[in-house]
Amino acid sequence: MKIKELLLAPVLSNNPIALGVLGVCSALAVTVQLKNVFVMCAAVTLVVAFANMGVSIIRNHVPNSVRIIVQMVIIATLVIIAEQFLKAFVYDQWKTMAVYVGLIITNCIVMGRTEAFGMKNGPVESFFDGIGNGLGYSFILIIVGFFRELFGSGAIMGFQVFELTKNGGWYQPNGMMLLPPSAFFIIGLIIWAIRQRDPSQVEEQ
Amino acid sequence: MAKKGNESLTTIIVAGSLCLVCSLLVSFTVVNLRERQAKNKELDMKKNILMSAGLIKAGDDVEAAFSKIDTVIVDFESGEITSEVDAKTYDQVKASSDPKMNVKIPANLDVAALSTRAKYAKVYVSRVDEKIETIILPVKGKGLWSTMYGFLALGADTNTIKGFAYYSQGETPGLGGEVDNPKWKAQWVGKKIYDANFEVLFTVNKGSVTDATANKEYKVDGLSGATITGNGVTTSMQYWFGEHGYGKLLEKVRAGEI
Repeated sequence: MKIKELLLAPVLSNNPIALGVLGVCSALAVTVQLKNVFVMCAAVTLVVAFANMGVSIIRNHVPNSVRIIVQMVIIATLVIIAEQFLKAFVYDQWKTMAVYVGLIITNCIVMGRTEAFGMKNGPVESFFDGIGNGLGYSFILIIVGFFRELFGSGAIMGFQVFELTKNGGWYQPNGMMLLPPSAFFIIGLIIWAIRQRDPSQVEEQ
Repeated sequence: MAKKGNESLTTIIVAGSLCLVCSLLVSFTVVNLRERQAKNKELDMKKNILMSAGLIKAGDDVEAAFSKIDTVIVDFESGEITSEVDAKTYDQVKASSDPKMNVKIPANLDVAALSTRAKYAKVYVSRVDEKIETIILPVKGKGLWSTMYGFLALGADTNTIKGFAYYSQGETPGLGGEVDNPKWKAQWVGKKIYDANFEVLFTVNKGSVTDATANKEYKVDGLSGATITGNGVTTSMQYWFGEHGYGKLLEKVRAGEI
């Protein structure tokens, strides 16, 4: 497989959230503000990429009976390292999403990729497959985060776009957008749009 | 893959060496980033202190503002400033759960159900022309689910509230979690803690405070759906500003001894 394909296929045609409906938990939890979205996306992308590569490097030495736990150890290690870095470099964002960073360990995308791809392919391909899936995840999260922050707080990246009524402006924020379930609606609409464009993704009745 | 007879041995070797490599990676990262993280934590605490007193706005230089504030260690027992412990490194929250550094709160005084408190308080004072202008005191209280940690800033009369904020709490978002709501916290400013005889009168009201509410200068609005959190806030104020809390210290401040 070509690297370009590995990187781009998971964004639209084989998106882990839109087609696989994986990793939805964090897509709901961290998308209130775009700033947090970017931090989370970077963390997840790097964790998937390196976990996938790590698993791929040792795939021929791992006994079948313990392969899942071996993958978990690699993933957990990378997540702890990622969390330490966030704590050291973007403390404010880490504070607002501390729990969810730890929960990257349980993000189905990570384990899904190591089990489905990393165990069967070489390290280089695995690394780029990880980056690609991270980008696919990021693509959805950024769209969700954009709309949730815009309609929930009238801002983008913390900059006020719509003046809020409580500050004397005209925009009455949509409280539902601040709650996690609103991400379901947005993800649903994205899935619909993607499948309109590419009907082959629609499940058979 | 290993041959049949060797499989359990291979499993142990693979698992063991993987764990070793991973633990080395984790410890290496943790050790190397520790200093930076500690700095972040300290800066964040300074920000919390200044924010609770309304001394900075978002985006201001925290270090510059904090350098104008004195950190002093106060003995609860005598209300006097002490140098028993180093003000830079002393951690009141940690001390309150350390048997060597804490005291048991007598049951009849333990209105806030805290059971122990630190021997020494870490108090922040801002002065203007050598005169105390603001005193920032750490307060903690038990809410419904969590222990809430915060700071309360008092004016020089030791009675008028200049600001209040929790920096850590785990109450129900939307109900008890509304203790973090800026609108609610803004009401605290200008309220009084003590009556004329220096008895603690401050309470979180049941329902909102209107002009008709008796003693409204001592009350802030209740949080709807969060009676227990509100009671926790009230009792913690009663404890911390009572005799066993900062009472002695504030007496000294009023007498001009500090």
